[in-house]
Amino acid sequence: MYTRILVLRFPPEITDKPLVCSLAREFDLCFNILKAEILPGQEGLMVLELSGHKKHVSEGLKYLKAQGVKVKSVAQEIRRNDDICIHCGACTGICPTNALKIDPETQEVRFDPKMCKGCELCVVVCPVRAMEIRFAKEKALT
Amino acid sequence: MSKYAVQKSIQEINEKIKKGKAVVVTADEMVEIVREKGEKEAAKKVDVVTTGTFSPMCSSGAFINFGHSVPGIKASKVWLNGVPAYAGLAAVDIYIGCTEPREGDPLNKVYPGEFLYGGGHVIQDLVSGKPVLLEAEAYGTHCYPRKRLEKRVTLKDLPFAQLCNPRNAYQNYNCAVNVTTKTIYTYMGTLKPKMGNANYCTSGQLSPLFNDPYYKTIGMGTRIFLGGGIGYIVSHGTQHNPDVPRTEKGIPKRPSGTLMVLGDLKGMNSRYLVGVSILGYGCSLAVGIGVPIPILNEEIAMYTGVSDEDIVTQVVDYGLDYPMGKGKPLAEVTYKELRSGSIRVNGKEVPTSPLSSYARAKEIASKLKKWIEEGQFLLTEAQAPLPTVEG
Repeated sequence: MYTRILVLRFPPEITDKPLVCSLAREFDLCFNILKAEILPGQEGLMVLELSGHKKHVSEGLKYLKAQGVKVKSVAQEIRRNDDICIHCGACTGICPTNALKIDPETQEVRFDPKMCKGCELCVVVCPVRAMEIRFAKEKALT
Repeated sequence: MSKYAVQKSIQEINEKIKKGKAVVVTADEMVEIVREKGEKEAAKKVDVVTTGTFSPMCSSGAFINFGHSVPGIKASKVWLNGVPAYAGLAAVDIYIGCTEPREGDPLNKVYPGEFLYGGGHVIQDLVSGKPVLLEAEAYGTHCYPRKRLEKRVTLKDLPFAQLCNPRNAYQNYNCAVNVTTKTIYTYMGTLKPKMGNANYCTSGQLSPLFNDPYYKTIGMGTRIFLGGGIGYIVSHGTQHNPDVPRTEKGIPKRPSGTLMVLGDLKGMNSRYLVGVSILGYGCSLAVGIGVPIPILNEEIAMYTGVSDEDIVTQVVDYGLDYPMGKGKPLAEVTYKELRSGSIRVNGKEVPTSPLSSYARAKEIASKLKKWIEEGQFLLTEAQAPLPTVEG
């Protein structure tokens, strides 16, 4: 089983099309919608967990891209500003996927973008606002 | 006949420091030394143990004199980057407190509030050399006729700026949980319902007052690492309460001693003074403090050998009990358990997370160790003791 967490952006002209269900029907993929919203400019934003055979996942993504959907992995959209993180650990208790956890060796907070599901809980819990989520910023600009 | 087999004075230790011969270790290194060699040998070998803590510390702020302009002003209201400072001191003297939010902040009107900028952030900006907008209003007098002043100031321009924190370095603190069915937002961080997480906030075995639990070396006049520069303990802090239940080794099991500290802001570093925003609660300042403990005898060596497994704190419900002033703890846990990532409370496994940076506390203890080893930092004698209890 191959799993990826993706950020999908739907241009305004296709937000009314039922595209995601085709991933299950035509490509035998299992999806879990972690977040979905329509932005003020009518663009759609979705965070999706997609699992299945690797080949099917890549075919499914090809299909989405052909329909005009922009696809990025969550890891590309979320980063920690290491210059300002004070490694307190406040985020570690709130992170549901253990993407943020304390390294027992160094006692520093480790961030593993591959494990992040983009829930954004850490963003406001971080006392120094070190977590940066690009799709949130883009939302503010549209 | 003295009651101690090993006896050293602070003067003797300072002579060693000046010659570059003092043996300095961090508090976590001392745990192993005492364990392996015993208290007496440890006291013979080690001269100074350095401690460290880095955590949001409310009850922090700075006294600032912003200098007279022409014509002069007797400021009655002052803002720094829009954050109100207390001006009822003298014509151009103010105090900026770290928990003061920027004027116009939505606070908790949109719940939970984010409190993105406040007095702690102003202090961080000043220390990092950024210009800060100072605005002042006055009613005008014959000697100080000006009624309004607006200027950009940097820390360098200010004639006087002293960090003066009335309550820092809490000796132990609660571990917070939430037993209610809704998420709550507290100064102990965001607490998930039904004991979904537990937050704690001291640096444990590295924390200054755990290493001198009866304040036998720490007192008024003790020179310390403060915010990356030099500071002093000037008094016991507000809410200082040494008279709480203690373990056999004298470690308080509840919040107890506190320190009031002072130091020149101009010598400090914004890596160790960081403005923080606590969701739904307010803003504050994370302060870095390191206190050197002179190993005068084997009793002090024993105290500085304290480890996370010797330190106990109470688990307190911040959903119902704490707001209603009910002190009954749900459980007692050690810092070793807290640091392991989870604790058991009433049969439930609860994940733990710190609010205090152990990594940076260690960095502070190591930095202070280096200063002392290099002869840049001498120890001072306490000029008066802090209020304490019999050990």
